[in-house]
Amino acid sequence: MKTLLLAATLSLVSTTALAEAGSGKQLYSIYCTQCHGVAGDGKGINAAQMAVQPRDHTDTKEMSARTDEELFKVIEHGGKSINKSVLMPPWGDNLNDDEIHALVGHLRELCCQKN
Amino acid sequence: MTKGIPVKLRLTLGIAAVLAVGVPLAVHADTAADVKQQCGSCHALDHDYAKAAKHERAERKAPPLDFAGNKFRREWLYSWLQNPVRLRPAGVFPPAHAKPSADGDVVDTATLAKHPALDAAQAGKVADYLMTLTPFDALIAAETYQPGSIAQRMGQMNFGKFKGCDGCHQDAPDKGGVSGPELYTAWQRLQPAFISAYITQPAAWDPHTMMPVGDANAAAVHKLANYLKLIGEKQP
Repeated sequence: MKTLLLAATLSLVSTTALAEAGSGKQLYSIYCTQCHGVAGDGKGINAAQMAVQPRDHTDTKEMSARTDEELFKVIEHGGKSINKSVLMPPWGDNLNDDEIHALVGHLRELCCQKN
Repeated sequence: MTKGIPVKLRLTLGIAAVLAVGVPLAVHADTAADVKQQCGSCHALDHDYAKAAKHERAERKAPPLDFAGNKFRREWLYSWLQNPVRLRPAGVFPPAHAKPSADGDVVDTATLAKHPALDAAQAGKVADYLMTLTPFDALIAAETYQPGSIAQRMGQMNFGKFKGCDGCHQDAPDKGGVSGPELYTAWQRLQPAFISAYITQPAAWDPHTMMPVGDANAAAVHKLANYLKLIGEKQP
């Protein structure tokens, strides 16, 4: 009985955490589109002034070459952490782990689930 | 004529049009109540937004002012309120003002609302009141920044190549990203201790900020602040 209760509690906690994380799409709109573009194509409003162009998240080939762990790392610790541009900032103080996971999920939708 | 324009946008444009003609703010004896009434519909005047879900960030119409007294210089507020000019090229929530074009996303300036201008007496009262909003005195008191100097070239490289601040901010007119507020006027606008404290720990001020924390230690943050001083003091 105790085990069942614990499992139910953990399940509730997990569901709540995911709900709080919000959808990856919403988070992408808030934190990523200004550089990566409203369509995720790397052509955000800041891109024209950037020395290094933001990643095109709709590029299936490029994005498929990155693991989920790499994407998580670059969002949390910034481009410098994977020897890429400092123009990709570290978001680890703005986003929690659940939110970063939700963003990684959305990146996979952008790159690899085209109609 | 407005058919086809979303209701929300029509409302925003309508408000912007009304504000643009310069409707004077009513001045009452109780400035606090007046500011709440006149400014509170766009600006947060308490810190409740920090308790809301992160997506409240997308609903903001203007920057929060609940810590204005820890943030702004009084003389700048007094002057700017009489002659408000845009500081954020893409508004307070840039994704709401970005639209795709053949050359990539551009800022849809038609969707940006103008701030009303106040007369000198109103501006003085509002500035005085805003300077009383100081919930983060402890963060300011903990700040060790002492304004200093930095060579233009070093400061510029630090701002751009090394720290990537120019991805979102301009350090000269039309030079740098547009999603963040312009920074070539930051020194006139902001208290030096705030500049340093905010760069160090932006989420301590606003948990839903779109400003990330860079990998800068105190000395590096102070260099950035000194660069803002250098470029700010060159502005008219």
